[in-house]
Amino acid sequence: MLKVDDLHVYYGGIHAVKGVSLNIPQGHIVTLIGANGAGKSSTVRTIAGLEKGRGAIIHKGENILGKPAEDIVRRGIALSPEGRRILPHLSVEENLRLGAYIRNDKDGIAKDIEWVYSLFPRLKERAWQAGGTLSGGEQQMLAVGRALMSNPELVMLDEPSLGLAPLLVKEIFNIIGKVRDMGKTILLIEQNAFAALSIANYAYILETGSVVLEGPGQELLRNPMVKEAYLG
Amino acid sequence: MTLDMFIQHLFNALALGALYGLIAIGYTMVYGILRLINFAHGDIFMLGAYLVFFSTIAFMPAWVAALLLGLTLIIFYSTFVGFGKKPPVWFWAGVALAAGMGCYYGFIAPTSFAPPWLLAVAFAIVVTSAIGISVDRVAYKPLREAPRISALISAIGVSFFIESAAVVVFSGLPRPVRQPEAMVKPFIFSLESITGNADSLVRVTPLAIIVPVISIILIAGLLWIIYRTKPGLAMRAISKDIETTRLMGVSVNKVIAMTFGLGSALAAAAGIMWSLRYPQIFPYMGMMPGLKAFIAAVFGGIGSIPGAMIGGAMLGFMEIFIVAFFPELSGYRDAFAFILLIVILLWKPTGLMGEKLREKI
Ligand SMILES: Nc1ncnc2c1ncn2[C@@H]1O[C@H](COP(=O)(O)OP(=O)(O)OP(=O)(O)O)[C@@H](O)[C@H]1O
Ligand SMILES: [Mg+2]
Repeated sequence: MLKVDDLHVYYGGIHAVKGVSLNIPQGHIVTLIGANGAGKSSTVRTIAGLEKGRGAIIHKGENILGKPAEDIVRRGIALSPEGRRILPHLSVEENLRLGAYIRNDKDGIAKDIEWVYSLFPRLKERAWQAGGTLSGGEQQMLAVGRALMSNPELVMLDEPSLGLAPLLVKEIFNIIGKVRDMGKTILLIEQNAFAALSIANYAYILETGSVVLEGPGQELLRNPMVKEAYLG
Repeated sequence: MTLDMFIQHLFNALALGALYGLIAIGYTMVYGILRLINFAHGDIFMLGAYLVFFSTIAFMPAWVAALLLGLTLIIFYSTFVGFGKKPPVWFWAGVALAAGMGCYYGFIAPTSFAPPWLLAVAFAIVVTSAIGISVDRVAYKPLREAPRISALISAIGVSFFIESAAVVVFSGLPRPVRQPEAMVKPFIFSLESITGNADSLVRVTPLAIIVPVISIILIAGLLWIIYRTKPGLAMRAISKDIETTRLMGVSVNKVIAMTFGLGSALAAAAGIMWSLRYPQIFPYMGMMPGLKAFIAAVFGGIGSIPGAMIGGAMLGFMEIFIVAFFPELSGYRDAFAFILLIVILLWKPTGLMGEKLREKI
């Protein structure tokens, strides 16, 4: 589905991502975990076309590194960015419609809006409320829903459970599982390493810009080094 | 003041306010997205008036019209479709039309472009809107990543450039505009039944009605685009968060171009109506209305479209009525707007409907 090969990202003099390689197979949940500043967001932002980088990002046999963000989402790769980034003055429904901007199938969009509402019933009750007036958790749900609205093959979620109450974290992970079961591929960034490793088919651990460990989620859960550093 | 005079002034104020509003919307839309004051906006207004003038009164050669149409087409095409993609039908139809016109009038039957009045207006609006898009492409787009002050200086440069080029091409002499007969033949209403005075007459020209009515229709159309269509949704989104909007697949430069195109079309419409109401055009005619409309936009809250409308209307009313009540101040007419600007900036810098300014200019 997607292969990242020896990716480097620089911000001026800062070398934020130092040769990261990832393999994201179709229909899998792959997770990226690591401490603050490890380069997780930089990696997915580069895949999404928001940052420039060096190396290669191969999607369907083509190197998409350096293509603009608006083209990447048209190729079926969506990003729910870190910090929600809800458009505060647009209503919940308009935010979802914006997520479906690249689509022209009116009926399909209407159906998917209903589907997102069925995943997050709280959004439905607030369909006409301005995005900026939602609570942090509701905004997070909207950000995830919005990323799904482009009907992507690969969904990248940058810390979707940030700031959510434990019960809602469980719900978000339930939904991530459901989305995978629909055949979509997911690249998940998480601070909640235990939940992420439990659900992921495969995981990469990043430290200061490099992959230091990788393996199937269940395997990393039992790894003593991971236990000590990330599972407390 | 007598009732008949009051009503007379009311009509004048309505028309002036509507025109300020139309121009102010262009400033506010561009500011909302780019945080840039498009100083060339007043000159776009002037170009709209000149284009109608040249195609209806001082007939331009028809091959010039064909050339302008062709260039307009190329600008729209390269902006909204992009080279290298399969051109849509309207593009080929337009190319055929422009090329056919160009060949026919250039080689076979050289003549002047003298379309019916309404067609000339449509022609002027479309060409002006393409000029607005080109201004963005040439003067602002290369500076998107540059500090904001660079784009501002570029805007002032473009404004001087258009004005000077207009002096060269159109000559600096003011030209009288012939008002269509039907538009200036006044209806006369008698207010005798109210005031009991046989001299209470109100003269209303059709133009005084048409200007605000057309303005309101245009603004309604714009609001429909902004609040009911997909590109409008993208425009509203971009004004708050460019990066996230790009993530949704919106091509930012296209939306910005559309903003310039729409704003310039409104300015052209305002310029045309202005030249009918104050029937004289000259290359610097856009400066004062442009500045005042900008003040109206700041007054209403720059970045806010309802604000621009309200600001424009209020400025129009103030100007007319201050002079009406204090005729001895009429020499200071243009100063009111600037006093208003200073008061607003001191008292409520965000304007009536504006949100907090993120950056002072
Ligand atoms: N726009 C930027 N300009 C300069 N440096 C940046 C920029 N964005 C990120 N960095 C730096 O790059 C490094 C990696 O940041 P990144 O956001 O990718 O980390 P992260 O793994 O997502 O961390 P977190 O868990 O805190 O979200 C950090 O040292 C950060 O300071
Ligand atoms: Mg991050």
